[in-house]
Parts: sequence; structure tokens; C-alpha cells
Amino acid sequence: MIAWTIYLTFGGAILLLLLPARAARWMALATSLAGCGISLAAFFDRGIDPAQLTTIVRVPWVPTLGMYYHLAADGISITMALVTALTAISAVLFSWNVEERRNEFFFWLLLVIGGSYGVFLSADLFLFFVFYELVIVPKYFLIAIWGSTNKEYGAMKLTLYSFFGGVLVFLGIITAYVTAGSLDFNELSRFAFDPALQKWAFPVLFVGFAVLAGMWPLHTWAPTGHVAAPTAGSMLLAGIVMKLGAYGGLRVAMNIFPEGFHLWSKWLAVFAVIGIVYAAAVALRQRDLKFVIGYSSVSHMGFVLLGFAAGNVLGASGAVLQMFSHGIIGALLFALVGVIYQRAHSRDLDVLATMPIRRALPFVSFAFVIAAAASMGIPGFSGFAAEITILIGAWSTFPVAVWITGTGMVLVAAFTLRILRRTFFSDEATNPSRLGDPNPTFSPITFPEKAGAVLLMATTLIVGIYPKLLLDRIMPAVEAMRVFSMSS
Amino acid sequence: MITWLILIPLLGATALYAARPFNARVIALGFNAFTLVIAFLLWRNFDSQAGGLQFVERCVWIPAIGAEYLVGVDGLSLLLVILTSVVFPFALCAGKPERGLCALMLITQSALYGTFTAQNFVLFFLFYEMSLIPSFLLIKIWGGPNRDRAATKFFVYTFLGSVTMLLAFVGIFLARGSFDFQTLSQLGKGGLLTGNVRWLAFAGVFLGLAVKVPLFPFHTWLPDAYENAPTGVAMMLTGVLSKMGAYGFIRLLLPLFPNEIKAAGPWLLGLAVCSIVFASLAAWAQTDLKRMVAYLSINHLGYCMLGLFAVAAPVAALQPIDMQAALSGVFVQIFNHGITAAALFYWVGLLEQRRGLRGIDDFGGLMQKAPLLCGWMSVAMFSSLGLPGLNGFIGEFLIFKGSFVAAAPFTSVAVLGLLFTAIAFLRAMQALFSGPLTSGSETVSDLRRREQLVIVPVTLLMFAIGVAPQFIFNIFNKTVVQVAQLLS
Repeated sequence: MIAWTIYLTFGGAILLLLLPARAARWMALATSLAGCGISLAAFFDRGIDPAQLTTIVRVPWVPTLGMYYHLAADGISITMALVTALTAISAVLFSWNVEERRNEFFFWLLLVIGGSYGVFLSADLFLFFVFYELVIVPKYFLIAIWGSTNKEYGAMKLTLYSFFGGVLVFLGIITAYVTAGSLDFNELSRFAFDPALQKWAFPVLFVGFAVLAGMWPLHTWAPTGHVAAPTAGSMLLAGIVMKLGAYGGLRVAMNIFPEGFHLWSKWLAVFAVIGIVYAAAVALRQRDLKFVIGYSSVSHMGFVLLGFAAGNVLGASGAVLQMFSHGIIGALLFALVGVIYQRAHSRDLDVLATMPIRRALPFVSFAFVIAAAASMGIPGFSGFAAEITILIGAWSTFPVAVWITGTGMVLVAAFTLRILRRTFFSDEATNPSRLGDPNPTFSPITFPEKAGAVLLMATTLIVGIYPKLLLDRIMPAVEAMRVFSMSS
Repeated sequence: MITWLILIPLLGATALYAARPFNARVIALGFNAFTLVIAFLLWRNFDSQAGGLQFVERCVWIPAIGAEYLVGVDGLSLLLVILTSVVFPFALCAGKPERGLCALMLITQSALYGTFTAQNFVLFFLFYEMSLIPSFLLIKIWGGPNRDRAATKFFVYTFLGSVTMLLAFVGIFLARGSFDFQTLSQLGKGGLLTGNVRWLAFAGVFLGLAVKVPLFPFHTWLPDAYENAPTGVAMMLTGVLSKMGAYGFIRLLLPLFPNEIKAAGPWLLGLAVCSIVFASLAAWAQTDLKRMVAYLSINHLGYCMLGLFAVAAPVAALQPIDMQAALSGVFVQIFNHGITAAALFYWVGLLEQRRGLRGIDDFGGLMQKAPLLCGWMSVAMFSSLGLPGLNGFIGEFLIFKGSFVAAAPFTSVAVLGLLFTAIAFLRAMQALFSGPLTSGSETVSDLRRREQLVIVPVTLLMFAIGVAPQFIFNIFNKTVVQVAQLLS
């Protein structure tokens, strides 16, 4: 049934183009709500065994080449489908007031969402790759047409990076196909590849995915891309698109080439830790609010990589949980920054400091404090549950990496605190002489925006207080992967 | 029952959000009546003869990382629950009746109940951190002129300590496979960890708790934070929040690292003595009353630390009776300091309210204008300097009695602290109450009826503990014996 998320989203996207502009956003909302309903139903469906990649549809596509239209789901897939659905709804809600070329906007938006569902649910390597590449094009248009600061540059950089990663992924996929003679995930994950081949094939494939996941030093597209994108675009980028890379790294690269992974895992850990600390340190020096959030995304994705690098069930489960958690928190942060930017017409922290934002937008300030707390890893929010699981997992493999990550966590807290202080709790705002505009007009937050924010806040809180809900699905799936059951 | 205790303040905070702003404080006090009743019931039904945890509630939470929801009280926890229930209404009465302020105070209250009753590290940490952001915001939004710096310093210090503590516990979990306090404390004797890692873990936990207490030289955030916090918040910070650190020392550091504490004993005792002596000297040198009370707060918690370290790392042989004396002293001092220091901040707040100033030289001859105010205020001051017949004496007497046997050289230096405290208070009393009436103080009004209603019960409690302390001792007698057994 969960396959309908893909069909409905693409169907909705095409239908949207035919509808009048007034109805476009309702159509988009209805589509994303339906997707969420289906994902939730699948998530709570006891019939789906989380430990097995259970086939949903399997139809021959190009039988001579061994290509099948093959969709399947396990605990990780349904978790990722759920975060896609939740981010999608809130992204639509936060772009409720897009005026320019509305139909097209929601069309591209739904294409990204539909392609992401496809990636998370495919069980055929070629189908996976088709969906994976399908996401890149709409992203380009979303940024280049509806973006802001430096949009052409940001869009082009993101697309080039994505294609570069795509080429590496393609090379890896071809290698796997030629060697094993199959494109089926289940068959590939049982095939014993030659260790000598794995030694070079794994890094090629993994780096290809890691570009999209924002791994240091290939992360530079992420901050510029996030900043250039429109609000909903950055929400999707941070919430889902970066997760596509991480998901590919786990599902394809690590699971197909487990020995290659074990050979390279310590390097992954090194890159992950550098990414966490470096991105957090850079975020501390940014002046643009959205750049800060962009770098924080890179830092949080570093945790995902660290969890993978740990090479054990706990680390990888934590990493998947972090993918979910950061999807929600990152989307919320970008959404709120978008709300502020729309009203203040600036994202410069020094300018924002002179505006009475806390008084003008009390709900946004409240939501931002919650999002900031979640992002800092305060217990009770999903970020903490994910990070502590990753740290426990990684400790047994790379204790030193965990200690350094501790500094990274302090830096994350420091830059988050800095933007909170500058944006919402600045003392300059109470000093009338420093105000740029004595009576800035802030239109209050609209109902759709409020609803989207509440949805995301509730999710991070629920998962933070009761992470077992997700871990019960994630852990069996991770345990079943051969990469974690074999010794290194 | 304990779960309700934690939930009721949270419900209160939610109710405040929905309610009209003008009666925020009344609503908050209403919810505090409930928690007070629950605390009273706990006290009534608490079996003081039985050792171990009572009113235990446990259920599965995050099995993957050994975290469960486990709350319960022993004598120490109950003592602190009662203290929290008493101090919060008091602090709310002194605070501004604003909606946001009351809501954040209630969230902090819930976090404190959780911290004092949680018996599993992950749960403990959740509540421990939950108080952090509300306290930051309370100082940042409603604080004095230097609030930005004070709030940031408070947050960064505490967060750094929290991260080191978290990492230390992750290490312990990996070595021992448990986050449960009772299980870990049974392992503590034989050494939780081996090699140099044990020192890292010890340092991590120690730093986290020492910042919170605070212990010299980690105290530098405190004077700024207390000085800038509004009266009600300062009362809460000193009355209960600082007790989280002291509680952590007794619950975590002593049982888990007995051997490390013994090895580092002289150094720790030295730090405690520095806290006592330097803080009282600093208090003597202050001209701002609020800052003076803040430094004295460091000094008084220094006595607690002295007693604890003397018992845990005795220089000379120690009889069980002296050990129990010192520990009882520490427990009672924790409770007393909560009441007395909160009362002192309340008085300083009243003076500031009347005159707009709180310098020690801004008043003078108050006795002529406001005899009631001076009389009741001096009771709090005498209690704080340890006059027999009032509550402060008992704790300090027992601590000195026990520690003198255990660590005579350190204790004899620490006695200087008593002297300096007395000087600081007498100097303040002289400057405030006697002498000629300073200009501007003519209009200072005496205690109002409403203020009497708040302060008289608290002052009577000080007398009650001073004259007949047995009802407090009954709560924790058994726990003291157990802790002593654990340490000997």
C-alpha cells in the first residue's frame, strides 16, 4: 500500500498543472496529507516486518537487463517515508503564500517529494538510481526561479555537485551489476564480492552518496544551496534531500560492499568528526541567519556519518534516528528563518538584533526556542535521543572521535545560543535610538505557518520523549543488514 | 504519585499559555498548592525506618541504550522534593506576575522534581538539562542591566559541564552496561572503570556537578547570574537549582567514584576550603547587597562540599558516628541554605523595590522607618551566619563536628569562613539598619501585610528547624546510615 505514496504524489503533481492557480496549493496540501496518511498507516501496520526488505510490487521492466520495477520496504524505509511525509506537509504549509507561478512551484515541490519516496522504497538498483537523479532537476528549478540570495550560483553549484556525486554512484552501481549480474537489493546483499574489488568500489559509491549527504569536504554546496533556496526548498533540502545521500550510503554502499566499508570505516569517522566540529565552528562566525542553519545541517549530518562509521547496530540505528530527527528539526529551523525573513526583509544578524522580533512575532520566537533546544541536543527532543545512541555506538569503535565530538556539541550549543540572542533576545531592540525603522510592520504569523510549525514541534517532542517508537522499527532492520552482523 | 508531581507543573505551564495573562501568578500558585499537597503526602507516607527507594514507578523507555523510566525517593530525594515544593511558591510570590515568567518557572520546577527523583542516568540527565533553557531565558528576558552576559555565561558554563558529564556516563555505560544508579553504586566500590579512563570519567562527572554547585574555581558564572536575575528567579536559582549540583555529588560522584575521591581527597578538600574562605572574603568586599548574598551562597554550599569530601576522603580515621554527623549536617545544610538564601534574596528584592537601589551604602537608619522589616530581615541574616537557635547553626555545627575529626587541618582553615561571613553580615546590618537616616530613605515603607504573609511562615520554619530539627532528621536518618556504609 505504501507504494501509493509515490503514485499519489506524482499524480497530484501532474493534476496540479491543470488546475487553476487558486486550487494549486489545496491540491498540494491534499496530496501531501494523503502521503502522510499512507506512511503513517504503513508505519503502524503490524503486517510489515521491519526486519526484512519486504517486496510490495515486482514487475519486469527491462527483463533482458535484469531491471525490475521493484518496490520494497523495511523498518528503515518506512521511517524515512514518514519523515518525508511530515516534511512535505509542513513545506506546503510554509509556502502557502507563494504568489509567483504557483502551479509550477508546487509541481516541482511534489516532484522532489515523490522522487524521495521512490528512493526510500526502491529495491532495484536501477530504479533507485532513476528516482535519485529525478530529484535533482526539480531542485534546480525551485532554487533558480523562486530562490533569493545568489540563486543562480547556488542552484548551479548544487546541481553540479549532485551530478558529480551521481556519476560516482552510477560507476559503483555498474560495477556491482556487472560483477553480480543482478540489480535486486536482496540478491546483491547476499552476493559475496571479491574483497579487492570492494576495496575500491566502496569508496567510489559511498563518496558519490556522501556528496548529497553533505560530508566534509564535499559539503560546500549545502550552505549556499540552502541559502539560495526558497523556504520550502531549504526545508526539503535539509529535511529530505540530504537524507537521500545518507540513505543510499547505508542501503546501497555499505550493504553491498560490507568488507570495503570495514576497510574504510575509520576514514569515515575522521571525515565525520571534522565535519561536525568544522561546520559548527564556521557557523559560529556567520552573519547570515540562514547560513548558520545551513552549516548546522552539515554539522548534524556529520553525526549520521559518525553513526555509520561506528559499524555496529547501535551506531547505525542512531544514525537513522538522526536522519529522521534532523529532517524534522532542520525543516523547522529553515521554516522559521523563512518566516522571519519574509517579514524583516533581512537575515543579517546585526540588523535583526535591532528589531523587536520577540514582541512582534511571539509564536515564532517560542517555536524557534524549541527548535534551537532540539538542535542543541537538549534531552527530551529527538536530537538528543539520536545523538546519544550514536555516541554510545561510536564509543566502542572510536572513543577518541566521540570525545572530539563532545567539543562539537558545545560549539553547536554556542552558535545556536548566539543566533537566539541576536535575533530574539537582543538588548538593542529595546533601545529606540538603535532601531533602523521605528515602526517596523510585521504581519503576524499565518494559520498555515502555525500549523506547520506545531506539526514539526510535536514530532520532535514525541520522538524525543519516546524514541522507542522509531527504534522498534529501525533496529530490527539494521540488525538484519549483513554489514553489521559480520565482524570487521 | 511522583509522576504526577512532575506533570502538574507542566500542566500548569500549559494552562498559563491558554489563560488570560493578568492572573498568571495566581494560577501558578494554584498549581503549586497541588504539588505542595503531593509533597506533603509523600512525606506522611514515607517509611523513615525502611532503607532504599520508596514510591518507585518504573516502565520501559529506551531499552536500546539501557534507559528506563524509573523514579523513586529515598530520604535525600524526599528532602529535596519538599524543599522544591516550599521554595517555589515563595519565589513565585516574589516574582513579577507575568505569564511567561511564571510558565518558565513552572517548567523549571517540573525539571527539578524530575532531577531529584530520577534513578536512571538518562532520565536524570533529561530533567537536569530541561531546567537549563528556562533558566537561561528567565535571566535573559527579565534580568538586570547586564543580563545578556550573565545569561550566556551561565548557559555556556553549565552546558560544557553537562556535555562532559554525558560523555563520562556514556563511557561508564559501555564498560558496565547500565545507567541505573543503584546498580552502578554497587559496582563503585570495586572500581567502575580501569586505567586512566577512570580519571577521565571522574573528571567529566566532577566538572559537570562542580559547575552547577558551584565549587571554586568553577563559580565565576554565579555572581553575575544571581545579580542580574530578577528576585524570584534568583531565589529559585539559589534555593533549589544549586542543590542539583550538591544532590549530584551525593547521588552520583560519591557512590560511583569512591576510590578516585580518596586519591584526590586533599585536592578536593582544598577546593572546598577555597570556596568557603574566598567566597566569604569576596562577600565582605561587595558593596552590592545582591552580589554579597550571591557570594555567600557559594560559601554556604562550600560547607556542604567540605563535609562530603571529608567523609568520602578522610585524612584521619573516622568513626561511623562522626561520619553520620557530618553527612546529616550536609543534608540539613542543603535544606537550610535553600530556605535561608531564598529568604535573603527576597529581602534584598524588597529593599530594591522600595528604593530602586541595593548598594550597601544606599540605606542607613532603616530601623527608624521600618522596624518590622529590619527585625524580620535580621532573622534571615542571623540564620545565614549560623546563630544557634536558628536553622543555619545545626547544619554547620554538625558538618564541622564531623569534618574536624576527618580532616582537621582543612576544617580549621574553613572556620575562617564562619568569621568572615559573620563580619560581612554584621557590616551589612550596621550599614542598613542603624546610623543616621540617609536622604532618600525617608519614604521607605515598613513591611506590608501581603509581604508579611509571605515572609512570616518562612521565618517561622527557620525557627522551627533551629529549635526542633528532629522532624527534618527523621526524613533522612536511614539514608545517612546507608550512605555512610557505602563510603566506609
